Formats: sequence, structure tokens, C-alpha cells
Amino acid sequence: MNRIKTLFKEKKDILSIYYTAGYPNLGDTVAIAEELERCGADLLEIGFPYSDPVADGPVIQASSKQALDNGMDLKLLFEQLKDLRKTVSIPVLLMGYVNPMLQFGVENFCKACAEVGVDGCIVPDLPMVEYEDLYAPIFEANGISNIFLVTPQTSPDRIRKIDGLSNGFIYLLSSSATTGQHLNVSEDTEAYFSRIEALKLNNPTIIGFGISSRETFDKACKYAKGAIVGSAFVKSLKADDLQLSIQSFMKTFRP
Amino acid sequence: MSYFVNEKGYYGDFGGAYIPEMLYPNVEELRQNYLKIIDDADFQKEFHQLLKDYVGRPSPLYLAKRLSKKYNANIFLKREDLNHTGAHKINNTIGQILLAERLGKKRIIAETGAGQHGVATATVCALRGLECVVYMGEIDIERQAPNVARMKMLGAKVVPATSGSKTLKDATNEAMRDWINNPVDTHYIIGSVVGPHPYPDMVAIFQSIISEETKKQLIEQTGNDQPDYVLACVGGGSNAMGMFYHFIDDENVKLIAVEAAGKGVDSGFSAATTTLGKEGVLHGSRSILMQTHDGQVVEPHSVSAGLDYPGIGPQHAHLFKTGRGKYVSITDDESLQAGLLLTQMEGIIPAIESAHALAYLEKMTFTGAENVVICLSGRGDKDMDTYMKYFGL
Repeated sequence: MNRIKTLFKEKKDILSIYYTAGYPNLGDTVAIAEELERCGADLLEIGFPYSDPVADGPVIQASSKQALDNGMDLKLLFEQLKDLRKTVSIPVLLMGYVNPMLQFGVENFCKACAEVGVDGCIVPDLPMVEYEDLYAPIFEANGISNIFLVTPQTSPDRIRKIDGLSNGFIYLLSSSATTGQHLNVSEDTEAYFSRIEALKLNNPTIIGFGISSRETFDKACKYAKGAIVGSAFVKSLKADDLQLSIQSFMKTFRP
Repeated sequence: MSYFVNEKGYYGDFGGAYIPEMLYPNVEELRQNYLKIIDDADFQKEFHQLLKDYVGRPSPLYLAKRLSKKYNANIFLKREDLNHTGAHKINNTIGQILLAERLGKKRIIAETGAGQHGVATATVCALRGLECVVYMGEIDIERQAPNVARMKMLGAKVVPATSGSKTLKDATNEAMRDWINNPVDTHYIIGSVVGPHPYPDMVAIFQSIISEETKKQLIEQTGNDQPDYVLACVGGGSNAMGMFYHFIDDENVKLIAVEAAGKGVDSGFSAATTTLGKEGVLHGSRSILMQTHDGQVVEPHSVSAGLDYPGIGPQHAHLFKTGRGKYVSITDDESLQAGLLLTQMEGIIPAIESAHALAYLEKMTFTGAENVVICLSGRGDKDMDTYMKYFGL
């Protein structure tokens, strides 16, 4: 069984952490993964940076720009991840935008993921229909899960379709928003989460966007198998004392 | 071969809707409704009434006699500069505001480069009483101050885009982020033939009034609705697509699209997308864009804010790849000289964007019999600062 399936089978209240590869320093990518696993993260989403990240708020825009200025690109990222599986055992996803992936080549991308032990990817602007028509066989041949997003505005029919194409989990957006905003669980949000639960999907769900504190994390875990923390973690990283900044951030979530 | 959009939203290899799930419901709502709404008789009536009484259409097709003599051809100028608000952009914003109303939207957002699309959007929002937010690159805000003032006077909120190159591409990113965060009541009026399907098709349809009128006017003035050449400048490419639209299937009409070479295509300061770009995805569609080996978007340069964009619309990419259109480029210097020439020979001060198309006449040779139509997409009032500095006026 693959690492993602095992995780969702064995654990609840899954804590997934997003960070940008090559930030704050170019060579920090694997060190951050190792420290996060030591501190109790269950799942990692490593962002490959893009110059025009339209789904992201200011924090991830800034980390992406810094990473690009530092010299990060996909070729270097896969080189950095070459020995990932010697020191990191939790599932790892790559997250980024479609254009860098297209320029690298989708097949090359999936093969490189499989070689270094990356379990899946999240590409918000890769449309479902293009994935289904052109890329699903390549992902499947390489054992790479493609994770889709669902928002409060996604129709039940479309959610069913996404469920059918998913192999791992579904990423529930707490609201239609760019990254880095606060989660306000209103009645509407609760109704939306309950609506998703009632669909009894084949894939488990985790909640992302707006999870910045222990309180919002716990709230999200009431409705899903876990939650994703991104901007709040990226913001807390300190270039000159990386390890300590990770440890103190993770203490609130995994005391 | 078809040069128009297919049922999947593609023009050959280009187009599609590469958007995050957050934008899917809005874009899908548009996709399902835009043709139905546009084809509706009430919509058509209201659209054409406003184009006539409010915009001042049809815009003249003017035979520029002194210019014709100089270049040894019959040079016709399609006078989009005479439209209300001073450019072709209003054709599209009138269409989209009527469409937004029919979709029940209460709030309008837009991106703008030169400020012409921002002004055209703020204008129709004032006309119809809708809230208006315009995203504009910080650098463009500085170089297009009169248009910023106009938008504010029209009641729009102008929000500076401070990321990246702080120009049109970044304003577009900010507008998309706004739309993601306001998924229900907001319509995004994209100003060019770019963005996810159906935008390139929808904007082209609204701008196609330019070539529709031109054909009728050519018949009246020359007896033949097919000129030898049609020229227009291309940033994202909306005036060019409007100018080309009804000529695309007339294969003997040569279509020439003029991009901004900036300080020269090899200078590192250019916006000549078809020369410098590769296929990829930008702002929701597969097209040709200026990018690094790793797919990062390269920051463009042009003296003209309206052409300062690293991509072109997907239909242009298709016309380029199939060879139906000829894509060329003109430098900052050449365009400014052409702007001065038109001013002094015909008494028309063109926008620097449009001056790029005029400048290409210098590189063509004629026998005296050819009919040439150039889209004069906008007037030069907004560019007076740049002209004054360049020529020391």
C-alpha cells in the first residue's frame, strides 16, 4: 500500500504542512522536511515556485519570489530530493502551478517524482478535463496521486467526478479564497463540511486554506481527516535559525 | 481549417481554461451562458443602441491622403480613437457590463495596463451604477496618471499591483485573486482576448464590430470589402482580433499583427512575444508567452503600457502558428517616430500602442494600388508625457 493510503488508514487529525522549496535558503528543502517529521508532521506539501501564483496570498507569493531569486527550479528540486527517502518516511507531495510542470514535461515530472519517492502532486491550475484526457495515464503509470481541490461552490456532481479521478485524498478549501487568510467557521462553512461528509466519498478529505492556529486546526479536524497549514508556517520560518523556528511553530500543534 | 474556437474552448493547440477550482464556477457560468446571452435579441438591441448613441459608432474609416501618398498605397485608418473614452476598449466593456447584469452580478473588477481598459470599465460601471475596482500595476499608475484620475473621477477604486514587474501581468494576477476571493457577486471584465475560455472568444466577439463596420465602409469607399492588408498592434491582442475577425476567413486578406519590440528584440527589454516566447500557460490559457527554461514568466518591456504584456491571446497564437497571420515587431523609437509622423501629416495624435501598427508601414513596399487598413486603436492624449519627454516638446 502506498504511503498516502497507509497514513489515512492509520491516523486521524492528520497535520499536513506546506512550505516552498528553496526558501528561506536555497538548500533548506530537505532539512525542513526532516525537522517537520521529527516534530510530528504527518504529510508534507513542498511547493515548487512560480512567478505568477494567482491562487496564493502575499506570504506564499513572497516565499515563491525569494525561492526563485535564490535559484530554485524543478531540475534543482529533484536533485535536492534525490536522497529524500533515506531520512524522510512520511508522504510527500509537490505543489505548484501547471506552466513549470509543462515546461519540465509532465512525463519527466511524474518519473522524477517516482524516482525520488514523491507520492503525489497538487497543481491547482491543471484543469480536471485536461488531466483526465491527457495526463491521468502518465500519473497512474508512475504511481503518482493527483490531488484535486474542492470549494464551497463546487457542485455535488463535480465533487463526485473529482472523487472518481482522485487517488489519495481530496483537498477541501474552507472557502473560496487565496492562501493565507483566517478560517472563520460560520454556519455556511459548517453546512458545507457536513454536505461533503454526507456525500460519503471514496477518498478521505483534509481541509486547507485559513488554518493558522491550533484552534482552527482542531475545528477543521472535526469535519475531515486532517488539515493543512501553509502560510502561517512559511511566515514563521527564520533563515538564520531554521531548526528552532520550526520546533517552536510545531509545538502548538504537536505539544 | 478553422481559426475560431472549438466546443472544448481551443484554437488548435491553444486556449482552454487553466484555472484553479476556486474560479471554476464563475468561468463555467460564463461558458454556459455567454453565447446564449449575446445571441439574445434584447441584448443585441441594447448593445448596438449603446454603441451607437453612447460610444459614437460606427467609427469612421478615414482615407489618410497624405500618408497614402507618402507610402504609395491607399491607407485607411479605422478610427477607434474617436470612440467615447478614446479607444477600442469600450466596445468590450459595454458588452461585458450588459452580460454581467444579465448574470445578476453587482460588483465589477478589471485589470488595466495603459489605463484605457480601466477607464472604459469605470465608465460603463458609472453608466449602469455598479461598484468598480480596477487593478493597475504600480509602474503604470505612475506613467498613466491622467487615466488614473479619470477612473477615480468615474467612481472606481484603483488598486495598485505591487508584485512582480508591477505592470499589466501583475494587475491581471491581482484581479484573478480578487475574483477567487469574491466568487459569487463579482464579474471580472477582462480587457483583452486573453484569459480562460470563454474570455478570448467573448472579447473577440464584442470587438468584432471593428471589422464588421470596416467591411461595409470599404464597400462604400472602394467597392470591395477585402483590402490587401489589415494591420493592428498586439499586446494581448483585442483591437487586432476585432480588426481581423471578419477578415480571418478571407484568405487573400493579409493580416499583420505588430508587437512591441521595446528597446529591440535582443535587448532584454522587449515584449515581442511571438519572437521571444514559447508555448505554455499564462492567465488561464495555453498560448505563447515569454518565459524562462523553467516556465517562469519573463517581465516584458515596452514604452507603451498597453503592449507591455508577456503573452498573446490564444487565437493569435493559433493565427501565428498556422501562418494565417504575420507577426512582426516595432521598437519604442520606431513607434514614437510614427506617432509624430501621423500627427504632423494627418493632424491625428495616436496612442503609442496604435503607433506601433503605423510604424510597420515603413517596412512595407507598395505598388500604389493596394488598400491597407490600419486599426487606430486609441488616441494619444494619455501619452503626451511620453511624447513630450521623447521629442523635448
